[in-house]
Amino acid sequence: MESRIFDVAVIGAGVIGCAAARELSRYKLSVAVLERESDVCEGTSKANSAIIHAGFDAVPGTLKARFNVEGNKMMDGVAEELDIPFKRNGAMVVCWKESEMSKIETLYERGVSNGVEGLRILTGNEARAMEPALSKDVYAALYAPTSGIVCPFEMTIAFAENACKNGASFSFSTEVTGIERSGEEFVIATSKGEFRAKAVVNCAGVHADEIHNMTEKADFSISARKGEYMLLDKSAGGLVKNTIFQVPTEMGKGVLVSPTVHGNLIVGPTAEDIGDKEDISTTRQGLEAVKRVSALSVSGVPYNKVITSFSGLRATGSTGDFIIEDHDGFIDAAGIESPGLSSAPAIAKHLAKLVCARLVPEEKTDFDPKRKGIPKLAQLSFEDRKALIDERPDYGQIVCRCEQISEGEILDSIRRPLGATTLDGVKRRVRAGMGRCQAGFCSPRVIELLAKELHIPQWEVKKNG
Amino acid sequence: MIRNMICIGCPMGCELTVEVENGKAVSVSGNGCAVGKRYAETEVSAPTRMVTSTAIAENGTPVPVKTKTAVPKEKIFDVVNAIKSSEVGLPVSIGDVLIEDAAGTGVQIVATKRVE
Amino acid sequence: MDKHSLVIIGGGPAGMAAAIEARKSGIDDIVIYERDVQLGGILNQCIHNGFGLHTFKEELTGPEYAGRFIEQTEKLGIRFETGSMVLSVSRNKEITVVSRSAGLKTVKADAVILAMGCRERPRGALNIPGMRPQGVYTAGTAQKMVNCEGWVPGKEVVILGSGDIGLIMARRMTLEGAHVKVVAELMPYSGGLKRNIVQCLDDYDIPLKLSHTVVDIKGRRKLEGVTIAEVDNTGAPIPGTEEYYSCDTLLLSCGLIPENELSLGAGVSINSATNGPIVDDRLQTNVEGVFACGNVLHVHDLVDFVSEESGRAGRSAADYLKRGGKKENPEKCVTVTAGEGVRYTVPSTIDAANICDSVHLRFRVRNVYKGCSIVVAAGERELIRKKKKIMVPSEMEEVLLKKELLTDVDGITVTITGGGV
Repeated sequence: MESRIFDVAVIGAGVIGCAAARELSRYKLSVAVLERESDVCEGTSKANSAIIHAGFDAVPGTLKARFNVEGNKMMDGVAEELDIPFKRNGAMVVCWKESEMSKIETLYERGVSNGVEGLRILTGNEARAMEPALSKDVYAALYAPTSGIVCPFEMTIAFAENACKNGASFSFSTEVTGIERSGEEFVIATSKGEFRAKAVVNCAGVHADEIHNMTEKADFSISARKGEYMLLDKSAGGLVKNTIFQVPTEMGKGVLVSPTVHGNLIVGPTAEDIGDKEDISTTRQGLEAVKRVSALSVSGVPYNKVITSFSGLRATGSTGDFIIEDHDGFIDAAGIESPGLSSAPAIAKHLAKLVCARLVPEEKTDFDPKRKGIPKLAQLSFEDRKALIDERPDYGQIVCRCEQISEGEILDSIRRPLGATTLDGVKRRVRAGMGRCQAGFCSPRVIELLAKELHIPQWEVKKNG
Repeated sequence: MIRNMICIGCPMGCELTVEVENGKAVSVSGNGCAVGKRYAETEVSAPTRMVTSTAIAENGTPVPVKTKTAVPKEKIFDVVNAIKSSEVGLPVSIGDVLIEDAAGTGVQIVATKRVE
Repeated sequence: MDKHSLVIIGGGPAGMAAAIEARKSGIDDIVIYERDVQLGGILNQCIHNGFGLHTFKEELTGPEYAGRFIEQTEKLGIRFETGSMVLSVSRNKEITVVSRSAGLKTVKADAVILAMGCRERPRGALNIPGMRPQGVYTAGTAQKMVNCEGWVPGKEVVILGSGDIGLIMARRMTLEGAHVKVVAELMPYSGGLKRNIVQCLDDYDIPLKLSHTVVDIKGRRKLEGVTIAEVDNTGAPIPGTEEYYSCDTLLLSCGLIPENELSLGAGVSINSATNGPIVDDRLQTNVEGVFACGNVLHVHDLVDFVSEESGRAGRSAADYLKRGGKKENPEKCVTVTAGEGVRYTVPSTIDAANICDSVHLRFRVRNVYKGCSIVVAAGERELIRKKKKIMVPSEMEEVLLKKELLTDVDGITVTITGGGV
């Protein structure tokens, strides 16, 4: 098989890979994104807290601090350009004892030094006045108004779609099995044949060390740190307005309780280092721990309203910081654990800069930074919704009852560039099956639509992969 | 010999005690009505069941069907196979006979839903 | 804005029975909104028999039972709009509905009957740990695939929960050639009807493991197997009892939840025991002119009772409309309390002065009771005592309250007494 030749190969179509591809697509470069799964957003990017952190957590001077604060500031523009939901709902870090005030103060000082705006320390009562569901035991809180919530699926998908629109080429079900340097080029062996590129950007998440070691000296390692979460029904979404974090104690890092940008309530994560980088199982102990620990900061989380639980793997690097380095054209973006989602826009800019320094491309004159999302009919005004349905009657045929998602939206999600090919793909693009019945009612119908559009029998439609 | 069984004649689920001699019920107790007695008598001698399934119409649409009356229990899978291999043209109405004699039971297979 | 006397939300057995009785009681301007492409609701996928013994004195399959009501609905010329999803109901009975054919519209109703049915409790709500591969379905979803779409989701099946849909699907999957390895039930008793244990499990030698649950799910993309363990009396798995079953399909039949999101939007108060509206004996909610019936009110075991109850809702709504939309202010309302051993009652209040001659009081017990009695009492005074051989939470109980029993009574309590658990 002939090899496919590109200027840049991005390995991994998570949020970092997709954001990087989009940044690279601003230039006259041919960009390939190689992804082992059948869709974007199949790893860490699909299972996390979905928080755009303010940036007070990271130690000043680290890459985490720099890219978090920078990424946070970029988010309004990114959300606007890519038409994705993003809300600055604010965050609080709570503590329970006077002796823990030093931790709150440390975070405050780090935040100020990192350039986080608007930080304030609140007494327990001040915090409870803002968030009545806070535990009566909360002594004080650090308040960060710039913290935000986002849909990590749509953010990743939007980066990818916009990159695709601007010429980046995505190759799915393409697992990288080997990389060799050959002169000025990298020869990349994959499950879908050979690729050649002048630069490689390694955004392989928990597997970034394995990719790195294919051609570079093994100077870091990535371990998978599992985090288990529970997601609650929208009727519980109003319990808190801010994202409620806990100060770390001897008992652990604590868990967060937060509204999601779609109005659900998310609680978690646990933190457990595991050996198996594919193990995204939830455990009885983990979910019990989430319930127990969340009650320390927020009272009355209605756990009878849990609609799903899941776990994600954070790519924890051995250096403690993000590992973003150019090794003579092999560029790592490794160890991108929290605050990776928040940092993604800034990391992507930086990665593009590293590539450009090497390949010195011209900027495109026709780069289009805008991406228009699939219309979200349930969120439109009566008049706008009516007008859209009059124009496209399939927007009037509700398929997912819980989230009120129409056939039209589902068809859009399948027919778009980089469209959905699986049930999970549809779910992440338009939220069909994301509601309280968890696809019980709509999955037979979504399967039927996928089968028809993909020209396959219904029983061959996959949930994922 | 005494056999205990639960009547399936209706949702009550009466617990029946059946005295069996030579494969025949000689007495039935615990039944709330005549259905229970009849059920016990057949169940100890020659048990029968209603069978419901779907036949697949020529265009791929499933057509819900049932046996017109109960069939011998040991014939259930034969009846299902007869339904699976039947050819059904649309439209059908409730009660339309799709198979005259399912798997030699002498029992008809009828449609239970209007399918167009 | 379009106006209708009576809007019925849901065209399943509840909605149709309500519409038919309302029409027979003289209401002309009725419309049923049904989200599916056909009337009949979930009965369309319940192709097994066992329906209708009370209503029609014969055993029918689900589609046949629905067919009888569809026929009546059509014969009476009751208007229904299929493919129509109600998006919201307001307190003043403005209903927003959307469909492919008619687009988005708002209609005003003088009375509303909520008949949206229920949904299945999904895996997430059960917090079953493990991976999230393809092959885990609620039993009703699988039933839809097999009976309505015509394809079988797997070959080796484990079922969690012994609700009736799970039992029915154990037989259905078996008849379709699948191997159903085991049915695990968390509780020490079955969640389904006894006769379904006999004719769906015993007939096919499918083991039922009571006090067992799924403690792990394996498989990254596709389901590879599940681990089942015995649980103690708090429902916690007992270490050392784990048993692995390889399978490609896990069906969940772990309870049904009334779908009351629209009701909540209309300001309807919900009973936390049923997850359905709190209603009086006319099946009217706290919102005047808004009635509820069928599985949206409380989950039933038998559709026959749904039809009976819903007919009553239809007649009550008709009464309400004929009185010019005014609620008769009941001079005296009898409150019904769920006492010892009783999880809930429907209704919660009875307008004793205005009931015809009797009212069905339906409820579920909290536990398995053998040789116990149902006692309905007003204070110290016993009104009804009904001895029962056995009562189980999975089977709805009922007592008929005669009007004369309720004179000079402020409140009644239903309790289970005597015998043993």
